[in-house]
Amino acid sequence: MLRILHGTKIDFIKYWRTAAILTVAFILVGMGSAIFKGGFPLSIEFTGGTLMQLEFTTAPDVSKLRSTLDAAGIRGAEITTFGSSRDFTIRAQEPEQVAAQAAGAEKVATQIEAALKAAYGEGAFKVGRVESVGPRVGAELARGAVYAILISFAVTLAYLAWRFEWRFGLSAVLATAHDILTTIAFIKLLHLEISLTVIAAILTVIGYSLNDTIIIFDRVRENLHKNRKMPFYDLLNLSVNETLPRSILTHATTLAATISLLVLAGEVIRPFAWVMSFGIFTGTFSSVYVASPILMWVENKYPRANEARGTTRPKP
Amino acid sequence: MTNLKYRLLTIVLLVLASAWALYPRTVVERVKRDGVFVFDTIQRVPLKRGLDLVGGMHLTLEIDESKGAVANKSEALDRALTVVRARIDEFGVAEPVVQKIGNDRIAVELPGIDDPDRATEVVQKAAWLQFQITDKSQAFEKNVARLDGILRDKGIVAAAKSDTGKGAPKAALPNLFAGGDTGKKAAGDSSAVDSVRSSDGPFATKVVKAPGGDPGMFMVAESDRDEIDAYLRHPDVQAALPPGKQVKWGADTIMAGNVAYRGLYVLDARPIITGEYLTDAKPNTVPGEGTIVEFQLNNEGGRRFKSETGKHVRDYMAIVLDDRVMSAPVIQSAIGTRGQITMGGAGLQAAQDLALVLRAGALPVPLKVADRRTIGASLGQDSIEKSVRAGIVAIVAVVLIMLVYYRFSGMMAVGGLILYVLYTLAVLAGFGATLTLPGLAGFVLGIGIAVDANVLIFERIREELDHGKSVRTAIEEGFKHAMTAIIDTNVSTALTALVLYQYGTGPVKGFAVTLLAGLAATLVACVFSVRTFYLVWLNRNRGVESLSI
Repeated sequence: MLRILHGTKIDFIKYWRTAAILTVAFILVGMGSAIFKGGFPLSIEFTGGTLMQLEFTTAPDVSKLRSTLDAAGIRGAEITTFGSSRDFTIRAQEPEQVAAQAAGAEKVATQIEAALKAAYGEGAFKVGRVESVGPRVGAELARGAVYAILISFAVTLAYLAWRFEWRFGLSAVLATAHDILTTIAFIKLLHLEISLTVIAAILTVIGYSLNDTIIIFDRVRENLHKNRKMPFYDLLNLSVNETLPRSILTHATTLAATISLLVLAGEVIRPFAWVMSFGIFTGTFSSVYVASPILMWVENKYPRANEARGTTRPKP
Repeated sequence: MTNLKYRLLTIVLLVLASAWALYPRTVVERVKRDGVFVFDTIQRVPLKRGLDLVGGMHLTLEIDESKGAVANKSEALDRALTVVRARIDEFGVAEPVVQKIGNDRIAVELPGIDDPDRATEVVQKAAWLQFQITDKSQAFEKNVARLDGILRDKGIVAAAKSDTGKGAPKAALPNLFAGGDTGKKAAGDSSAVDSVRSSDGPFATKVVKAPGGDPGMFMVAESDRDEIDAYLRHPDVQAALPPGKQVKWGADTIMAGNVAYRGLYVLDARPIITGEYLTDAKPNTVPGEGTIVEFQLNNEGGRRFKSETGKHVRDYMAIVLDDRVMSAPVIQSAIGTRGQITMGGAGLQAAQDLALVLRAGALPVPLKVADRRTIGASLGQDSIEKSVRAGIVAIVAVVLIMLVYYRFSGMMAVGGLILYVLYTLAVLAGFGATLTLPGLAGFVLGIGIAVDANVLIFERIREELDHGKSVRTAIEEGFKHAMTAIIDTNVSTALTALVLYQYGTGPVKGFAVTLLAGLAATLVACVFSVRTFYLVWLNRNRGVESLSI
């Protein structure tokens, strides 16, 4: 029987202070970057604007590309390469371009394409993908995304409230909040663009990290029942250690999936894969170092009556 | 052991049902042949693929209220929907989607379209055809001074000092025409130009009489068009225009020397006939005239057209499409049910598209594009290949991890994983769900997450074995105790997926759907089926004392 980290007695909880400092520092760096370096890059789905993915037959000069766009009146567009030096993404989401799309979302894209055709010739590039979002649709999608996050948070809360008694619920919620914050900080530090797909990844991460917490808490609940005399500190450590092989293995398989997506699945999916990969780390981390210490703190602050321990079974 | 029989029977039936759901079917699809994409009938697995995978165009249209509010939006949109649908049907796209969203939008999905601008034009074109007689009463010429006066009085134009200077080169237009090679009637009507120039405001200096002095026809240099257009739109100018007359721009520009001029037409406001009587339209190329669209009117339309054109012989009739004058030929004699629209410099394809939209009918309300996404067919194909590659690598990695770590039990998990893949795809095919790029990513991710159920169960079995329980009891306990955690996992992810389905756009909806299908498949494949495998194994090896896990 091949066993990884079986029967470990690592004192995980001991390091919670160090862990707390690290994670708070990470979040602060991310948020600081967001505050001082101009917020989060939002995808055109939310801001409105135009995104064009182009493949040139020969690598064009970026400064000429920019001057061509400027001459066509598309100022401040973001030009990035990906994959090779022939693949370009042009993002025009300055307010003036968004406003120009109020009368018809396709206008800016048509303008860019015409300008590039005039400058580079008819067959010099292929248009792979164009997204043109008018300001109204953008605002609606942004609102939808906010609703999606709030509602999924509310739904998760309701589920936890029903599933666990309040000590566990509160700790799990705070751990989830932590995961959202670290993921957002990560997104900012990697300069990932927040799109609907990235939001989908964040929500999936929330679900995933919640699973981790639930599994450790399930074990805590079981151990509370079994070892009534054990101090809570030891009980938490025992539970984390017991679930460790499962955590390692599940994360290995899930990471195998997200990393193959990251490496192989191409440009469009990459932000999604980044967020998912990071989410697996932060979810595991928070189960051990956020949810558990908070649970311990709550248990100390509002101790259970000893005989009541047996009743901490899942509510039906 | 009847319990086991039923379990096995369930698995066999599910596998058969999945195989049936995924059995290749004949579909019309856009495929790449000799480097070009063509529509063809092929056999393939009936998984519906989203636009981001097949390539094509997604278009959201909304009512354009910039030229006036629309009273009953929902009802107007319903009529527009019929027209758009008719046009798309004629445009010839495999499996188009045209649907109303809410009360003020139409979503159009055209898989495999490779000229999005053309398709947008066809969908969006109002195709509102009118025939109007050009003004013979010199309504504009007589009012030029007054109109310029209004512009000055309202402070829109400063008292013309520099204007004369700017206007000067354009005033030379008649000469340009005289010397030009446009083949038009020579000798500009200089008296008409002079009469227009009786004041020196912008209307007098920048609007010149068309060469040949055809009634109601003027020209404006293309560079001045926006300026003049803004003046014409000004409410005070609108109010001062002679009653019963309309001013409309031409659809094309004419080169004179090296300056482009656009026609400006003063028309009788009442159309002699509109496109509602049109029964057929088809493109044609006529030597000397270029591309044209020939149309045919129904009997009632023909009667009206004949009597009206009979009254206006020798007058000029402007053919107005979507408020732009296409051409203004002279009426030689009464016209019956047939007529034609000259396309000017536009090509045969433009004529085909115009004929198409005329046949399908005019849009009852103007529509504008609220958002548009286009994806090239090759990029979609590329996305599929990449995702499939990522999926295969993920499966291989997961299989290796499970086999190395759990040995024999790992094999059972791999069996469960194969069923998982089969069931998930079958559920997607069976419910006609659309597979998108994020959906494929969700599927690959699902492979990693699906075995979580098995990991939970196996770890639990190991613990039970450690506690000295028999293999049979350990397996039973393992499944029993892992169940609560598995249910929790699935419920919390399913809730997220449902929220995403509600608020996501097409691609993200695809992600939510794959996630949900994957969750359902996990329960059946990784829990129910793997447990059955164990039961079969236990049944064959009664009294077994060790389990490779």
